[in-house]
Amino acid sequence: MIWFYLVSGLFLGWSLGGNDAANIFGTAVGTRMIKFRTAAIVSSIFIVLGAVISGSGATETLGKLGAVNAIAGSFTVALAAAVTVTWMTKMKLPVSTSQAIVGAIIGWNLFTGSPTEVNSLIKIVTTWVLCPLLAAAFAFVIYKITMAVLTRTKIHLLKLDSYNRVGLILVGAFGAYSLGANNIANVMGVFVPANPFNDLSLGSLFTLSGTQQLFLLGAIAISVGVFTYSYKVMMTVGNELFKLTPIAALVVVLSESIVLFLFASKGLETWLASHGLPTIPLVPVSSSQAVIGGIVGIVLARKGRGINIKVLGKISSGWITTPIIAAIISFVALYFAQNVFEQKVVAPYNETKVEILQTNPVHYAQFKEKTDTTIYKNKSNNINQSEQNQNDNSID
Amino acid sequence: MAILLKKIKRLELQIENYLDLVVKGGFLFKQGVKYYLEEQTEEFENRMKSIDITESDADHLRRKIETKLYLETLIPESRGDVLGLLESCDKVLNMTAETLLQFSIEIPFILPEVKNYYIELTEASISALEEMVAAVRAYFTDINSVKGHINKVQLFESESDKIAAKLKHIVFRTDIQLSQKMHMRYFALHIESIADEAEDVCDRLSIAAIKRFN
Repeated sequence: MIWFYLVSGLFLGWSLGGNDAANIFGTAVGTRMIKFRTAAIVSSIFIVLGAVISGSGATETLGKLGAVNAIAGSFTVALAAAVTVTWMTKMKLPVSTSQAIVGAIIGWNLFTGSPTEVNSLIKIVTTWVLCPLLAAAFAFVIYKITMAVLTRTKIHLLKLDSYNRVGLILVGAFGAYSLGANNIANVMGVFVPANPFNDLSLGSLFTLSGTQQLFLLGAIAISVGVFTYSYKVMMTVGNELFKLTPIAALVVVLSESIVLFLFASKGLETWLASHGLPTIPLVPVSSSQAVIGGIVGIVLARKGRGINIKVLGKISSGWITTPIIAAIISFVALYFAQNVFEQKVVAPYNETKVEILQTNPVHYAQFKEKTDTTIYKNKSNNINQSEQNQNDNSID
Repeated sequence: MAILLKKIKRLELQIENYLDLVVKGGFLFKQGVKYYLEEQTEEFENRMKSIDITESDADHLRRKIETKLYLETLIPESRGDVLGLLESCDKVLNMTAETLLQFSIEIPFILPEVKNYYIELTEASISALEEMVAAVRAYFTDINSVKGHINKVQLFESESDKIAAKLKHIVFRTDIQLSQKMHMRYFALHIESIADEAEDVCDRLSIAAIKRFN
C-alpha cells in the first residue's frame, strides 16, 4: 500500500522533470547549440547524483513547514502539487514546483487545523524573493566579465562556438546536479517520515540509506519527466522570453546553477558556520525564478534591450497564483480523501509514528530526533484537555 | 572534444582559403586590365583563364563550407549571416571574372589619354575588394577591427566614384564616336561597380558584427 502512496510523489517528480529541465537546457536547446537528446541524458544522470548525494539539506527545511504526518495526507499533498504543476505546464508557463508544494503543504495545515511553522514559512518566502535577485546579480557580473574577455581575445568564431557547446554541457551538468540536490525535497520531502526503505549496503563499497533510496526513486521519476515532457517547455524558454545568444545562455544557466547550489549545499553551510560567517538557508528554491532572474540580469547588463515584457508578466503572475491554486487543490483533495475515500490524512500524536513506522523503528527514532516536536506537544495538550473535558462531562 | 576541434580547424582553413581565392581573383583582374591596356594579349588571356578557374574553385569551396555548416549545425546564431557574407563575396568575385570576360569579348577601344585613369580606377576598386575581405576575416577573429576595414572600403569606393567621374568627363569631351564613348563608359561603370558591391557587402557585415555581441 505504501508503494501506491508513493505514486503521487513520482508523478510530481515527473512534472518537475518536464518543467524544470527546461531551466537548465532550455536556452541551449532552443538556440540549437545542443541536441535535446544530449541535454536529456546529461540532465538525468546529474539530477540523480545531486538528489542522492546532496538532497537531504533542503528536505529538512520543508519538513519543518508542515509535518504531514499521515501517508494518505502525504499522497494527497504531493498529488495536489503535481496536478498544479502539470496543469500550468500544459499552459506552457514555467511553473515553480517549490511554490506548488509549499502551497499544498499549507493547504494540508489549513485542512487539519495544524499551525503553519511561521519561521520556516518566512525563510522559504524570503528565498522566493532572494533567489531571482541573486541570480540576476550573478548573471550581470558574469556576463560583463565574459563580454570583456571575449572582446579582448581573438578566438575564431567557429572555435568559440565549440567552446560554448562544451561549456553549456558542463554548466548544464552542474545545473542538473544542483536541481536534483535542491528540488528533490519538493518531490519526496513529504514522504520522508513514512519512508518504506531500509538501508542498503553494497558490500563494503558504500551504504545507501533509506532516504537516499527514496530520493533515487524520485530522481528517476524526474528523469522520465525530462525525457517525455520537457521538449515543449524548452522551446518556450529558449525562444519566447528573450532572444538569447549562446553566450548569454551559458551565463544564465551558470547563474541559476550557482544559486540552486548555494541553497542546497550542506557542505557550504558547514564551511560558512565553521568560519563564523552567516549561513545560507537550505531551502528548495525555484529554478524557474532563478532563470528569469538570470535573464533579467543579462538584460540589465545590455541596458534593457530585447525582453518580451508580456511573456515576463505572464510568467510572474504564475508565481502568485501557483501556491494559491496548489493550496486550494490540496484542501479540496484532502476533503475528498478523508470524507469520500475514508483515508486518514492526519493522525493524532499518539497514533502517528507507531502505526505508520511500525516496520521502521529506526526511521521513527531518527525522525523524532530531527523534527520540531512543538506542534505535536500542542496537539497532545489539546487532546489531553479534550479528554479531561469529556471526563468532567461524564461525571456531571 | 579533440575530434570536434579538428573539424572546426579544417572548416576555419576552408573559410580562409575561400577568402584567399577572392583576393586572388581581385589581383588577377587588376593584372588582366593592365595587360589589356598595354595590349599584351597573351598575358591578358592567361589572366582571364586563371580568374575563371579561381572563380570556379571559389564556388566549389563555398558550397562545401555551406554544407558543412548546416550538416554539423555549427554557429546556429551566426550561420545565416556567415553564409550571406560568403555569398556576397562570391558575387564580387563573379563581377571581376565577368568584367574581364567582357573585355575579352567586346574588345573596347580605350583612349590613350584615359588609360591611366582606368588603371587607377581598377586599383581603387580592387583595394576596396581587398579591404572587404580583410573586414570579413576580422568578423571571424577580431570583431573590434571590422569597423576600421569597413571605413577603408568606403574610402576606396568614394575614390573609385571620383576617378570614374573624371574619366567619363574626359571621354565625353573628345571627338570620337558616341558608340565608343558609351562603350568606354560601360567598362568604367563595370569596374566601378566592383567597389560598389564591396561596399554593399560591408553594409551587411556591419549589421552582422553588431548582432554577434548583442
